[in-house]
Amino acid sequence: MDWLNAVVQGTLLGGLYALFAAGLSLIFGVMRLVNIGHGDFIVLAAYLGLTVTTATGLHPLLALIVVVPTMGVIGYVLQRGLLNQTLGDDLLPPLLVTFGLSVILQNGLLEVYSADPQKMEAGALETASFAVGGLNLGVLPVLTFAVAVAVIWGLQWTFYHTALGRAFRAVSDNQDIAQLMGLNRRHIFGVAMALALGVTAIAGILLGIRTSFDPSIGGGRLIFGFEAVIIGGLGNLWGTLAGGVILGVAQTVGAKIDPGWQILSGHLAFLFILAIRPNGLFPRISA
Amino acid sequence: MTLQDYHVTRSSNAARVAAILGAVALIILVAAPWWAGRADMRLMGELFLYLALASLWNLMAGYAGLVSVGQQAFVGFGGYMLFALTMFAGLHPIAAIVCAGVLGALVSIPVAVLIFRLRGAYFAIGTWVIAEVFRLGFAQISALGGGSGSSLPVAIVKSLASKRAMRESLSYWLALGAAVIVVTAVYLFLRSRKGLALTAIRDNELAAGSLGIDIWRTKFVVYVVTSALTAMIGALIFLQKLRISPDAAFSVNDWTAFVIFIVVIGGIGTIEGPIIGTLVFFALRETLADLGTIYLIVLGVVAIVMMLKAPKGIWGLIRRRYDLQLFPLGYRVIAPGKSDKS
Repeated sequence: MDWLNAVVQGTLLGGLYALFAAGLSLIFGVMRLVNIGHGDFIVLAAYLGLTVTTATGLHPLLALIVVVPTMGVIGYVLQRGLLNQTLGDDLLPPLLVTFGLSVILQNGLLEVYSADPQKMEAGALETASFAVGGLNLGVLPVLTFAVAVAVIWGLQWTFYHTALGRAFRAVSDNQDIAQLMGLNRRHIFGVAMALALGVTAIAGILLGIRTSFDPSIGGGRLIFGFEAVIIGGLGNLWGTLAGGVILGVAQTVGAKIDPGWQILSGHLAFLFILAIRPNGLFPRISA
Repeated sequence: MTLQDYHVTRSSNAARVAAILGAVALIILVAAPWWAGRADMRLMGELFLYLALASLWNLMAGYAGLVSVGQQAFVGFGGYMLFALTMFAGLHPIAAIVCAGVLGALVSIPVAVLIFRLRGAYFAIGTWVIAEVFRLGFAQISALGGGSGSSLPVAIVKSLASKRAMRESLSYWLALGAAVIVVTAVYLFLRSRKGLALTAIRDNELAAGSLGIDIWRTKFVVYVVTSALTAMIGALIFLQKLRISPDAAFSVNDWTAFVIFIVVIGGIGTIEGPIIGTLVFFALRETLADLGTIYLIVLGVVAIVMMLKAPKGIWGLIRRRYDLQLFPLGYRVIAPGKSDKS
């Protein structure tokens, strides 16, 4: 039963990792950009949520109404003002510019909010649980998982059933021809980054309710998201959810064996899958 | 004026002058224990070790296209090997440094096989995962102090040299020697047949492949050699620090972020770049370090602006203006009657 519990809790944790990963997966799919600062944007969203809740007394989940659009605007401005200039055949500029952004964000947060760990107060939601067949499930983890499924379904639907999704797929397939067909790829990329950081905002708020956070944890969140993307297979959003779940289960099962092994066993599971299935479990596009 | 009057040369006046000045500077630097204070020697020792790390990272990222954000894996590995080999195997510290290099090469082989499956930016994050695995793994080894780390026993420190002044001089010379060896090795490697292949890959991977260059193998060799040398530098770094902990040994900020800034600011894909970058980085650090986090924000901004406005760094700007090459790698044609203008 303990082991079943570890697997179930790991699956729910995987929902959070899938949310970390969805933004990465989206921008890679649309413009082949990997944002090294992605984890720091998750932490930024958590801090924005903290500021909103302490300033207004709103519940953290209601703070999403403010934080998601804010992060979206940051994403659009960032993409059009800075990141669009780095896109091209050369690999280095986007990598190093987002790496620089990561350092700036991390130290900016340190300057504004100090290094003290913070946490968002969400009242009864933090500890509420319900029993299902002998297992106790936390309401927050179940809610996180449900949100992850909803977000990925929403992204999937946007991609395949809307005009915006068609534009995303067009620029992903061939930027130059999409441009000739009347799409402004700079704008499309901006919208994609806005959407990605909007998802990141949801991930950041849920992270901030679940655990305490400080400015230095961004790198770790980026790695979890990245591992979920690679395990699931590039360009496949449902695969990313599966990747997050595998990572989460590996971590909780590892922690069950020895608490010191939690994070390490997640990394080892990732390396194992990389060794046997280099393209991930459900690949759709090649890198 | 026939074709025979033209000749092709690798060297130039600038390179010859630079070689002479470099030799003079090297003699002055070797003599530092007789003219520099303790604090200055410590600072210079650190500068040389950063120069070595930056030159190695530049070889990987600037020439082989292997952008790693996980070289701290090998810095920390080398440091831990120094501690483990001296404490448990009773090796002399200098022998331990050499062994750390060999072990670093051995460890990097399976790592390379695994992460070479990832391309581009995903390769970069993959190297970071490896570094995290190393960090968490070493934190589990209680004999090396687990998560809190351990100090190098006094007896081992004394085995290097009994007097403190002598130890400090020795550790300074080791750092200087490491930097000279690394820069020279990178230079000679790039002038070799393999280096020519590497430069071809840097300029156009597809074309290089179609000319019969084994791209995977070339990159693999670069990765393994770089990792081995990085592990040796790591051992030297922690021989200076005398204390190691997982967080310090596998710090992404100290051993990768700073190194990337050095190379980007100085000029990626050139030998001169990391040298200039290291000098600029230390000048900035000594003047702005009191600002704490603001200093790091400034570094981030400088690196972004540099990448967007001058992607070849400071050395790239100089070279575009004056057509200089201090470490002669390329060939140039000298027309008859015209003296070598650079």
